[in-house]
Amino acid sequence: MAAVTSAERAQVRNTGSGAGRSAGPGRKPAAGSLRNRLSAWDRRFSPYLYISPFFLLFALVGLFPLAYTAWVAVHDWDLIMGQGEFTGWENFADVLGQRDFWVALRNTLSIFILSTGPQVVAAIVIAYMLDTNLRAKTFWRMGVLLPYVVTPVAVALIFSNLFSQRFGLVNSVLESIGIGGIGWHSEVLPSHLAIATMVNFRWTGYNALIFLAAMQAIPRDLYEQAEIDGAGRVRQFLSVTVPMLRPTIIFVVITSTIGGLQIFDEPRMYDQYGRGGTDGQWRTLTIYLYELGWTRSDFGLASAVAVLLFLLIVAIGIINFSITRRIADAEAADRRIRRQKGAR
Amino acid sequence: MSAAAPISPVDAQAQPPRRPRRRAASASGRRPGFIVYGCLAAVVLGGMFPLWWSVLIGSHHSTILAQTSFPWWPGGNFFANAAEVMDTIPFWRATANSLIVSTTTAFSVVLFSTLAGYAFAKLRFRGSGPLLVFVIATMAVPTQLGVVPLYQVMAALGWTGELTAVIVPGLVTAFGVFWMTQYLRQAIPDELIEAATVDGCSMIRTFYHVCLPAARPAAAMLFLFTFVLNWTNFFWPFIVLGPQNPTLPVALQQLQAAHFVDYSLVLTGATLATVPLLILFVFTGRQLVSGIMQGAVKA
Repeated sequence: MAAVTSAERAQVRNTGSGAGRSAGPGRKPAAGSLRNRLSAWDRRFSPYLYISPFFLLFALVGLFPLAYTAWVAVHDWDLIMGQGEFTGWENFADVLGQRDFWVALRNTLSIFILSTGPQVVAAIVIAYMLDTNLRAKTFWRMGVLLPYVVTPVAVALIFSNLFSQRFGLVNSVLESIGIGGIGWHSEVLPSHLAIATMVNFRWTGYNALIFLAAMQAIPRDLYEQAEIDGAGRVRQFLSVTVPMLRPTIIFVVITSTIGGLQIFDEPRMYDQYGRGGTDGQWRTLTIYLYELGWTRSDFGLASAVAVLLFLLIVAIGIINFSITRRIADAEAADRRIRRQKGAR
Repeated sequence: MSAAAPISPVDAQAQPPRRPRRRAASASGRRPGFIVYGCLAAVVLGGMFPLWWSVLIGSHHSTILAQTSFPWWPGGNFFANAAEVMDTIPFWRATANSLIVSTTTAFSVVLFSTLAGYAFAKLRFRGSGPLLVFVIATMAVPTQLGVVPLYQVMAALGWTGELTAVIVPGLVTAFGVFWMTQYLRQAIPDELIEAATVDGCSMIRTFYHVCLPAARPAAAMLFLFTFVLNWTNFFWPFIVLGPQNPTLPVALQQLQAAHFVDYSLVLTGATLATVPLLILFVFTGRQLVSGIMQGAVKA
């Protein structure tokens, strides 16, 4: 409504000024209508003009390559030679038949779980501490965020030194308290732990700030209510803070799913060869994709891995969503039952 | 007396961070004890320790690692190490490249996002609702998985090895459009745009005189985040850039490939590559913090 009235007003104004300037009485309507038409076009098409750079560029460098990946995946396709014959599901069958693929899938999921789980818990606890009446708030918030600006490649270089098996700081500290040298590079689970530590190092503080913002939006009377009911600080945290944070937790988990399943930088830089360990102990799906495409020059197979990884991300997204849905439903039912009991 | 009327997230952010907030003071009287300070200090120190370690090892000769006790204070070998790093990789070139890529993409993302965000937030046009939903949906699309065709496109254009190949895919982000839309929606009063229209302002002049000044705070934050994102980006530049013309992370990878056994050199490189962003962080960390917190509430 407002837009229409203002447009009308503008037209009146335009006609007025046009009339004032034109010399002859005969030209008046023509000059006015041209101006009107121009400004009507301006109003009508400018919005599309403003959004078009985003849509054109995004279609070109974002959506088109992603969609075209599916096309490459059903062809014989070489890095140098280019497109070959249509092969249907052959690339997929080939990839799914490789032990390397399944090992990479296991590693990706394992590193993802080891990083997301502890990270969310730690971030919520840190946020809870930041949400108190601290002195020098900005200092603490900045301090927690600091690792975020360190490039993952540098993070990986530093941690691969800390976790090096013979001369690393971590192992010598562990040895001093009597735990024998752990194979941070040679063994499967320890190497996943080391890589998850790098991810957690960089992202825990960032997510803590997201949780902190959500905590500040929790109505304070909920805490007061809980205190009147005799809930201690821990109880308040578990029964008020955590449930109120659920939407934010879902948001953080989904964003880290999208990023975490594509993890490349940290495992790529964990040793000098970048192949994910001597036996692929920490080779992730994206490293596998890179190797197929740019070491073995097989774009068809690489694209098949990309498509599978895409499906995995979608699937885990759906699982996340339905689990949280179910929890929410269960709690609603629980509350209903309790209310009924209370009524009795 | 519960003066704790929960301030809406937007208001909480709009206040300058230094001023003590009423809400916080009345937050059910939670005054942190030394345990909270101690834990937070441990977290912050834990976050700084790896960087400190990098400086320590980078300033010694690499034989230090084979000794039984570790150094706890920097040695005097940093500049010798740095000189050798610069012999091994084109360090200054990589720094300049990273600066060019990060600055260009940040400018472009801010410009295009502000334009699109203004249209979505304040202008009425057919299809704006569905188009905005589309933008939000694309934020969840892992576009990185399109690397194979993207590489083919860059190869066909003859851009492999060129910075253009890294800059062009970073020119727009769906997040940027979403971010500016959310911000501009509450930052510009409709009356202001109406008034400009009544005064006979063309659309683009209204954008320039009304939207741009109002968009400045959010635009600055978006600039910072895009800058950090592109400065730290590795996967795509690693694929498409050659060893002659790397960005900093790609150069670090070359350094590691050349000198893995010499940890002092590698960590000198890591330190050198981290310092520019640490300096940026000292001056803009406050904005990054409030940017993350605003984005979180609105997302």
